[in-house]
Amino acid sequence: MKRTWAPKRGARRRLLLGAVAAVFLAASVPSAQQTRPYKAPRTPDGQPDLQGFWTNSTYTPLERPDGVTKALYTPEEAEAAIKLAIQRESAQTEPGTTADVHYDFSQFGLDRSQSLFVRNLRTSLIVDPPTGKIPPLTEEGKRRTALRTEEQKKLGGRWDSAESNQLDDRCLIMAGPGPPMMDAAYNSNYQIVQSPGVVMILTEMIHDVRIVTLDGRPQPDAKVRQWMGVSRGRWDGETLVVETTNFNGKNPFRGSDENLKVIERFTRLSDDTIEYKFTIDDPTMWTRPWSAESAMKKTVGPIFEHACHEGNFGLYNTLVGARLEEKRQAEEALKKGSK
Amino acid sequence: MRNRLLIGTTLALMAGWLLPVLTNVAAQTPAAAQTPAAQAPASPAYRAPRTPDGKPNLNGIWQTMNTANWNIEAHPAGPSPARELGAAGAVPAGLGVVDGGEIPYLPAARKKQQENYTNRLKLDPEIKCYLPGVPRATYQGMPFQIIQSTKHIMLIHEFAGAVRTIYMTDQTEAPADSWMGWSNGRWEGETLVVDTKGFNDLSWLDRAGNFHSDALHVVERFTPRSAETITYDVTIEDPKVFSRPWKMSMPLYKHVERNAQILEFRCVEFVEDLLYGHLRKQPAK
Repeated sequence: MKRTWAPKRGARRRLLLGAVAAVFLAASVPSAQQTRPYKAPRTPDGQPDLQGFWTNSTYTPLERPDGVTKALYTPEEAEAAIKLAIQRESAQTEPGTTADVHYDFSQFGLDRSQSLFVRNLRTSLIVDPPTGKIPPLTEEGKRRTALRTEEQKKLGGRWDSAESNQLDDRCLIMAGPGPPMMDAAYNSNYQIVQSPGVVMILTEMIHDVRIVTLDGRPQPDAKVRQWMGVSRGRWDGETLVVETTNFNGKNPFRGSDENLKVIERFTRLSDDTIEYKFTIDDPTMWTRPWSAESAMKKTVGPIFEHACHEGNFGLYNTLVGARLEEKRQAEEALKKGSK
Repeated sequence: MRNRLLIGTTLALMAGWLLPVLTNVAAQTPAAAQTPAAQAPASPAYRAPRTPDGKPNLNGIWQTMNTANWNIEAHPAGPSPARELGAAGAVPAGLGVVDGGEIPYLPAARKKQQENYTNRLKLDPEIKCYLPGVPRATYQGMPFQIIQSTKHIMLIHEFAGAVRTIYMTDQTEAPADSWMGWSNGRWEGETLVVDTKGFNDLSWLDRAGNFHSDALHVVERFTPRSAETITYDVTIEDPKVFSRPWKMSMPLYKHVERNAQILEFRCVEFVEDLLYGHLRKQPAK
């Protein structure tokens, strides 16, 4: 079955890479376009219109790969980097193995290369610090990171309980909604709907919704803490600026904690691109704020209902499997002992 | 100001026929007496404020104020299904929201509803933090926000972060079955009419085990009846479960607090022990 698939997949890849190469010159780094002023269409109440279906799927890593010393690739280098990333992605599972049955990224169209993705000459999404790397932790940051590792250890091994598993496998939250909103490996799709005073961003993964209020209201009491924090927005000319605090710290972004403040800037650069910049400010954890830059590309709807928890047979079955395996091992040990 | 002038003019123009309309409504009252309070006539002259694109403005955070989530049919007060919760978890009585009082079940379906009720602690999808389905999401008891644009009207529910997209343009058939269905909407004068199909057969209508099949077809009518209330009328059709289409009706109330907002109710976390606790690794003996 797999083998008959492989040639087709290869052919598809080649076509795709050809297309990537062809459009590379047209595609570009968002900031390079800033010299050309673009005025977004307006909603009926006069807001810049960000509405529609978007994707932030990308092969550009958050942090600059080791050994890369420049901020921007040449188009040829970028093409090579993407090609390598596609190979790595489809090599995540070995055909015929157990892992492959669960997640064959290519077969189910889960790998990024089978849908639209944001092409970018950047070597990392991080633009500040200029090294393209997350800045060092503070002393308190180191202490909290170690503490978190300890807490996780107390929960036991990954298959010991639902709670000891990963947030995405528990269908609690995925990378998509953030903030900051990050590429989620697959289904990195969003829908934006605006009404007066409100910008709503629906993430396909686990139907997570951000409702950004624009009416200048203050943040709620510090006791109100949420997985996605609480977001307040305002228009700065063409740019939607969103500030988010009141995180609960249970969904750390690259090690962030509950004092995290995320500032996002959404600017429509063209009919099919929203520039997406964000700054991570968590003085408890990092020695300095850090910033990244990505983009959202116009894609086609609809956003499908991702009833993750409702269909989470994966978590249930792995726990059942782990308990059965323990039982089998215990019985085997008993047999050996009685011999 | 302009609105007030407009309303004044409208009222003046209507004076000629307003009286007969009111008389007519009064004449209907005896028949309406058996149906829920939501059907108390709103002023027929009520015209909602408009959105910038000229549609009745339903934007805001809304919530029901009834016991429909316990049982959409009339029911007496009763003890808590979970003993430990005592009076805090007890069931408040309700007059019911079903037009005509009783749901017209097919005989086998009524039996299934009763079994559902008996086993509700094990079976009610709400307990498992599953998406609530439609129309249950509306009256489940938590607030929901209407976010209205020209192409899409979003209904964002606090419970489980359930989301509905109502397509006002680019309408298609449901591409796949889902918990919250596939909704196409249209404006009929002051009323937002939402036609929803493409359901799975997994959600319930309330905590009393009232249910539907995947043949469910829901038509909802959101009619503004004052600045802070909407009349919510629902028609339920499901030939696999009910002998005929039937209706529910109730008012929706707007949150007027200046800081009202939908907060996270990520209940998956609250039910993991309930759903998977028995699969936890036991300490070695």
